[in-house]
Amino acid sequence: MIESLSNPLLSANAQGWSLCRGGCAVMCAVLAVTFLSGCGAEPDSQAVVRDNGDIEPARGSGNLKLSGKLVLTGSSTVAPLAVEIAKRFETEHPDVRVDVQTGGSSRGIADALSGVADLGLASRALKKDEVEQGLVGHQLAIDGVSVIVNADNPLSSLTSGQVVQLFTGAITNWSELGGEDADVVIVNKAEGRATLEVFLNHFGLKNEQITADVVVGDNQHGIKTVAGNRLAIGYVSIGAAQSEADLGTPIRVLPVDGIELTTENVASGAFKITRPLLIVSKGEPTGLAAAFLDYAKSPQMHDLIRAQGFEAVTQ
Amino acid sequence: MKQSRSNSWLNGDRWLERLLRLAAAMSGCLTLLIVAFVFWQALPALRDPGVARFVSDSVWRPTDETAPQFGMTPMLVGSGLVTLGAVLLATPLALFSVIVAEFYSSRTLAWLLRRVLELLNGVPSVVFGFWGLVVLVPLINAWHPPGQSLLAGILVLTLMLIPTVALATDASLRAVPNELYRSAAALGIGRGAVVWKLAVPLARRGMVAGVLLGAARAVGETMAIVIVCGNIVQMPDSLFDPVRTITANIALEMGYATSGHRAALFATGLLLMLTSSLFVAGAGLLRRRRGRR
Repeated sequence: MIESLSNPLLSANAQGWSLCRGGCAVMCAVLAVTFLSGCGAEPDSQAVVRDNGDIEPARGSGNLKLSGKLVLTGSSTVAPLAVEIAKRFETEHPDVRVDVQTGGSSRGIADALSGVADLGLASRALKKDEVEQGLVGHQLAIDGVSVIVNADNPLSSLTSGQVVQLFTGAITNWSELGGEDADVVIVNKAEGRATLEVFLNHFGLKNEQITADVVVGDNQHGIKTVAGNRLAIGYVSIGAAQSEADLGTPIRVLPVDGIELTTENVASGAFKITRPLLIVSKGEPTGLAAAFLDYAKSPQMHDLIRAQGFEAVTQ
Repeated sequence: MKQSRSNSWLNGDRWLERLLRLAAAMSGCLTLLIVAFVFWQALPALRDPGVARFVSDSVWRPTDETAPQFGMTPMLVGSGLVTLGAVLLATPLALFSVIVAEFYSSRTLAWLLRRVLELLNGVPSVVFGFWGLVVLVPLINAWHPPGQSLLAGILVLTLMLIPTVALATDASLRAVPNELYRSAAALGIGRGAVVWKLAVPLARRGMVAGVLLGAARAVGETMAIVIVCGNIVQMPDSLFDPVRTITANIALEMGYATSGHRAALFATGLLLMLTSSLFVAGAGLLRRRRGRR
């Protein structure tokens, strides 16, 4: 009995090992080859970037043949929009490659300052010391921050005061607002997130005052947390909230002080929890970066901006 | 004719060997470079606030302009508890499932069980995290809000550790010499005694090594933990309290961290690397000893 069981197992074992070794060897070889070829390609693309600096500045002219590589890094809110703009830009200028990397507004600002990126992406206004270091913010669009609750929450609206009371722990039970008798679950954003800064600024709060039960990273994390918890209340970018709500995710956007969250209200300024979405450059941009910036700010981009759930700015 | 063929074979082999050596050297160097880079980035924090303040400061407020605070004891405790809980849960589950596969099931069932374990091993951690957030967290929330908690982290991590521990245990059980089983069968020893008195004691070192490898993975796990643990920097009073682990802290804050704050995060990264290399070294040591015997 035992013999019949273990005998085939053993032979299978020996085979398994040699197979595994072979597989590892192949994997290593593949890795090495990709790595080597990656190394070979690197200097080329670098050279293109360097060449690119020598291109004559051609502000706004679409006729000049543009080529080279442009690196944009920063806010995870702006990045999806920047990717869409970059795609369109690349189809019009086939010799141009635009790389968009995310990592948060602070990274975008730091990278633009250090020159790691040609342009930074930020979803908040620049601070005074950042402007003093020579950064220029170019506004692409406006985003709003909206308070969201689970779809099962009976609440239909909140006042600013109630939002503050909820987030600072003065109200800890939904029954105090006419809901069910259960504890409120406060979903806060991780420190350094632009949404957090906008939210705190608008309600005049400090992060230490917030009695959070859950801390989340990006918008999707926040939305999924509120969607999975009928007692939760949080805040996310309106673009993300609206598209998710339209997809049937069980969340509801709550009007604050009776102002419905619509992109029109955001555009008119009636909805006040807003933030600018910026492309950041060190000094005034030149060459390819300037051409891309003009393109991104042109009215032809408004459909892309609206498709992302943001509101375009008209200068 | 035959001679030349074998020669070309040899040549091919030699090339492959060179390629493999190169690949091995490269991955070794890369690892050392990473360690050196992390150390170099962490150096300012190791000098200025210093390691002592990571423990002695009472709160984690690294961005405070006047007096930054670097207390990370709650996060160390968080990482420790999540890892400990997951290892404690995953070890018996993995052990039993492997023993069942090896000794108590038909060949088909054993095959199926192994494939399932391998499949589980291949699931990306973000998928585990997402599953935890949409399935597990609401369940825990219904029981005891807020749902995102130490418990959720332990349960999700347990699922992720089972295959790691199980596959290592499986390998060490299979390494038990076949003659011993035959001798046991010849002596008329029952299956239970064979499993618990023969196979398990002989494979024990390998099993412990597997558990250590699992612990190394648990300490470093990030994505799933960020999603389900709630990330509040606090000492948990119960299993239902949210916690923030060291890894989650790095993932949440590295994106925007600058200067001193960044260096402090790298210092915690260095600590993680040390911890998990200790586990891996322990596992390696156990395995080598067994090999010698």
